[in-house]
Amino acid sequence: MEFITIKETAHKLKNKDISIHELYEIFIKRTNNNLDLNAYIYFNEEKIHQQLSAHSATTNLLNGIPIAIKDLFCTKSMPTTAASKILKDFQSPYESFVTQKLLNQGAIFMGKTNCDEFAMGSANTTSYFGNVINPLSSKDKPLVPGGSSGGSAAAVAAKLCLGATGTDTGGSIRQPASFCGIVGIKPTYGLCSRWGVVAFASSLDQAGIFANNVEDSALLMEGIAGYDPNDSTSANVNVPNYCQSINTDLAGKTVGIPSEYNVQGIPEEISIVWEKAIKKLESGGVKIKRISLPHTKYALPTYYIIAPAEASSNLARYDGVKYGFRSELFSSLDDMYELTRREGFGKEVKRRILIGTYVLSSGYYDAYYLKAQKVRKLIANDFENAFRECDFILTPTTPSAAFPIGDKEDDPIKMYLNDIFTVPASLAGIPGISIPFGKSNNGLPLGIQLLSKHFDEQTIFNVASFLEKNND
Amino acid sequence: MKIDKNTTLKIAKLSRIKIKDDEVDELSTQLSSIVSWVEQLNEVNTDNVEPLSNVSMTKLPLRKDIENIKDNSKEVLLNAPDKLENYFAVPKVVE
Amino acid sequence: MINLIKGKTSDWETIIGLEIHAQVKSNSKLFSSASTKFGSDPNSQVSLVDAAMPGMLPVINEYCIRQAVKTGLGLHAKINHYSVFDRKNYFYADLPQGYQISQYKYPIVGEGKVIIDFKDGNSKEIRIIRLHLEQDAGKSIHDQNPTKTFVDLNRSGIALMEIVSEPDLRSAEEVALYIGKIRSILMYLDTCDGNMQEGSIRADVNISVRKPGDDYGTRCEIKNLNSIKFIKQAIEYESRRQINILEDGGKIEQNTLLFNVQSGKTKPMRSKEEAHDYRYFPDPDLLPLELEDKFIKDIKEEIPELPDQRKKRYIDEFKLSNYDSSILTAEKEISDFFDLVLFTHKELRSSAKLVVNWITSELFSILNKNEINISKSPISPDYLGKLVLMITGNKISGKIAKDVFEEMFNSNKSPNDIVKERGLIQVTNTNEIELIINEILEANKDKVADYKSGKKKLLGFFVGQAMKLSQGKANPKILNDLLLEKLS
Repeated sequence: MEFITIKETAHKLKNKDISIHELYEIFIKRTNNNLDLNAYIYFNEEKIHQQLSAHSATTNLLNGIPIAIKDLFCTKSMPTTAASKILKDFQSPYESFVTQKLLNQGAIFMGKTNCDEFAMGSANTTSYFGNVINPLSSKDKPLVPGGSSGGSAAAVAAKLCLGATGTDTGGSIRQPASFCGIVGIKPTYGLCSRWGVVAFASSLDQAGIFANNVEDSALLMEGIAGYDPNDSTSANVNVPNYCQSINTDLAGKTVGIPSEYNVQGIPEEISIVWEKAIKKLESGGVKIKRISLPHTKYALPTYYIIAPAEASSNLARYDGVKYGFRSELFSSLDDMYELTRREGFGKEVKRRILIGTYVLSSGYYDAYYLKAQKVRKLIANDFENAFRECDFILTPTTPSAAFPIGDKEDDPIKMYLNDIFTVPASLAGIPGISIPFGKSNNGLPLGIQLLSKHFDEQTIFNVASFLEKNND
Repeated sequence: MKIDKNTTLKIAKLSRIKIKDDEVDELSTQLSSIVSWVEQLNEVNTDNVEPLSNVSMTKLPLRKDIENIKDNSKEVLLNAPDKLENYFAVPKVVE
Repeated sequence: MINLIKGKTSDWETIIGLEIHAQVKSNSKLFSSASTKFGSDPNSQVSLVDAAMPGMLPVINEYCIRQAVKTGLGLHAKINHYSVFDRKNYFYADLPQGYQISQYKYPIVGEGKVIIDFKDGNSKEIRIIRLHLEQDAGKSIHDQNPTKTFVDLNRSGIALMEIVSEPDLRSAEEVALYIGKIRSILMYLDTCDGNMQEGSIRADVNISVRKPGDDYGTRCEIKNLNSIKFIKQAIEYESRRQINILEDGGKIEQNTLLFNVQSGKTKPMRSKEEAHDYRYFPDPDLLPLELEDKFIKDIKEEIPELPDQRKKRYIDEFKLSNYDSSILTAEKEISDFFDLVLFTHKELRSSAKLVVNWITSELFSILNKNEINISKSPISPDYLGKLVLMITGNKISGKIAKDVFEEMFNSNKSPNDIVKERGLIQVTNTNEIELIINEILEANKDKVADYKSGKKKLLGFFVGQAMKLSQGKANPKILNDLLLEKLS
């Protein structure tokens, strides 16, 4: 029996085509056979069996479904490390809002997935617990799964679970979804609660979903979205029934194709997939509109001022006082701070904290942070203007397919450029989905990205579903 | 170089991250190149543009003044690296 | 009136600005629901947010906003419709987040003012620059262990109002009056409990010196003073210290200082190299605070009569002196007591001054001796009023009243009952007094002769004897008048 989608798995469980224990034997076995992917930081069979014992069947579609949880979500039953040495033994006494929602619906947590340390990275090569390997890699050439949610993407792509949570701050769900050939969605900022999610960049972080198909991603998105009064940035909106409302009749809709995403130097294979998608939409009755998002090229530098700035402040709490790792040797409080954070944080995290501290520091705040906030406004305005002319926007997700582990390590900026197409939407707070839509010259998946207005996830589910159905 | 050795050490101090002497140069170079790269923002005219500090579409939610009387000390101290009788313990601070 | 300090070579003026931190009176903290009660077991009032656990987020307490607005209105200040919460980033053991949520560029309250009243009847306006809301830090205990500091986060996250004054203060006395007035206003508004021993009000003092007419000098900041006595001492020491340096030809280094209570000296808090770069930026977990006119108006209507208004009422209505009115209104509980006396006994309105005297001398004295706050006074406003009524009604003399007062304190009985039980009603019947006088004069014929021949001082003797014979009950004035008549 194949278990690809949540809907059909739920159906089979309900019909008793398979027992829940048999189902999990399959997933556990598969996970054990793929430990080399290093997709999980925490995978414990006993914990899964405990959940199964306590489990009772309900009509909820997520009931009994195996879901992997990015190790950035605080969970009570499993440790939470943020892929960092500084939290390696942390036992959270509380459950994040998003994971609690999943538990309430009867989902079973397969484990805590690996990711870039504190979500900082786009290749899952900065984790304290080692790199994650893209399941589509050949034995001799391990490829990156993308980042920061590389573990979750790999787990879904390797079918170790039927869905996974991730977080997306500048592309950390969409980009690995593209690299691993699966569906990944970042919702509108504020649609999902950040309570209990280890914070990286507060004005950008959003919880999101990885799944094998669009319908599953819509189902899971419904399952985790919703207002949380404990998060002051949470949107008090009704969450639509995305899944049931998917409508692939796109006749009369307009798609915006931003010229600025036609970046010089991007491999032709990317443009080919993008063109293919445009053609497909045309055939579905969608009007094509060339639009301009004039400040696109400034999105990355804007992001790399704002995100590190917020991170430098959010990570100040990791000081060895209240929880987490504390250095063994120190002679004073300041010494303890300095050594704990030196030893506890990895290179990329430290680099970003330093950049963040710099751009906020006295004398530099106006030139960098304030400037970036203003450019952010212009980027958000670009989208606002664009959505007057179109209903949704279509772009490539990534400037390349998955690359070998070890590439781009010599220069941080090279790594940052992975997010060139995903960052603008993060800055504007609008939702974005990546679906696999083509292959690179060496057969690796390439994704295309759909963006829509704030709180208009339904449109991108609709379009994504249409393209998924019509992908030949 | 945009960020010289002294600046790197100063930022590291503010961030409470110890940088060893043999690391300063490479770090300064990397930080400098990142800062130079982000400076392309200077090409953008931002006169009369309001900074966007939040993309949240809501107003600041207000909480009612109801106290939670639960004693959380167990949870709060659960992961403490060093503690004594419900206090967190840190190296002594001399003021 | 200029307060100058005499130096070795010239006179000097002390320039002082104050940053007062007042804990907001509320049930829960500014950004979390943990309790704000004082003196609980360590770390028992700490929410996950206060402990800065991973993934925790702040949610603002509406009541604390109201309290800040109310305070701003009580300080005659501008309420800002738009304000922003910023992060102030620094590392310290009692600062779990590694930043304090405060307000930097856009505080909730703008410019205001406070009037301070001197003993001589003069007053002075002290300008307030701003008031903003911020989180309090936890407590560090340094003296329980040779190598460790212990941290209690109960206080971490409690709402503070930081009230910043212009450097308009010129002496320790002015500072004491200013703090007293602020405290008084806050207690009238019930936005702060004013308990300085528990740390509800603390002050940072910014102080510099200059020769009159010169520009402001370099200032130093003395942090975290929580008693008016120590604030005065610190100011006196620090101004001297700065004057000495300048007169010796030196320069003042801008420093953050701590006042050592034992030595009576100030000392730099941190090393010179430590730069204070707080890297303020708007807290991305919060949105700007936008207040509507109606919200502010509703709060304005809740504001009770404030000290200055009450003072004016006492002066206008009861013809009390500026000084007496200041004493009464300095603490809300005192003037509440006074108001209740006059409310219960409207006939006393024309004898308000007498009531004041009884409160400020007799009542204060007995309460202080027994370390009781006026709000817990065993003598009620009603009973005090009844006692004063007996004096004005000539039922007892002032001297007898003092005895009765003491028994009222110890027994909780009403003055009327005590006087009745002990038969202390004053004798005002002139015939009765005449009889007493005659008896005394008869028994002291020689002294009468002495008096008539010029020894007028003997009047006191006769008064004393007559009082004794009457067991203190003779009305002094009538006795005096009749005696003089008889002796003439």
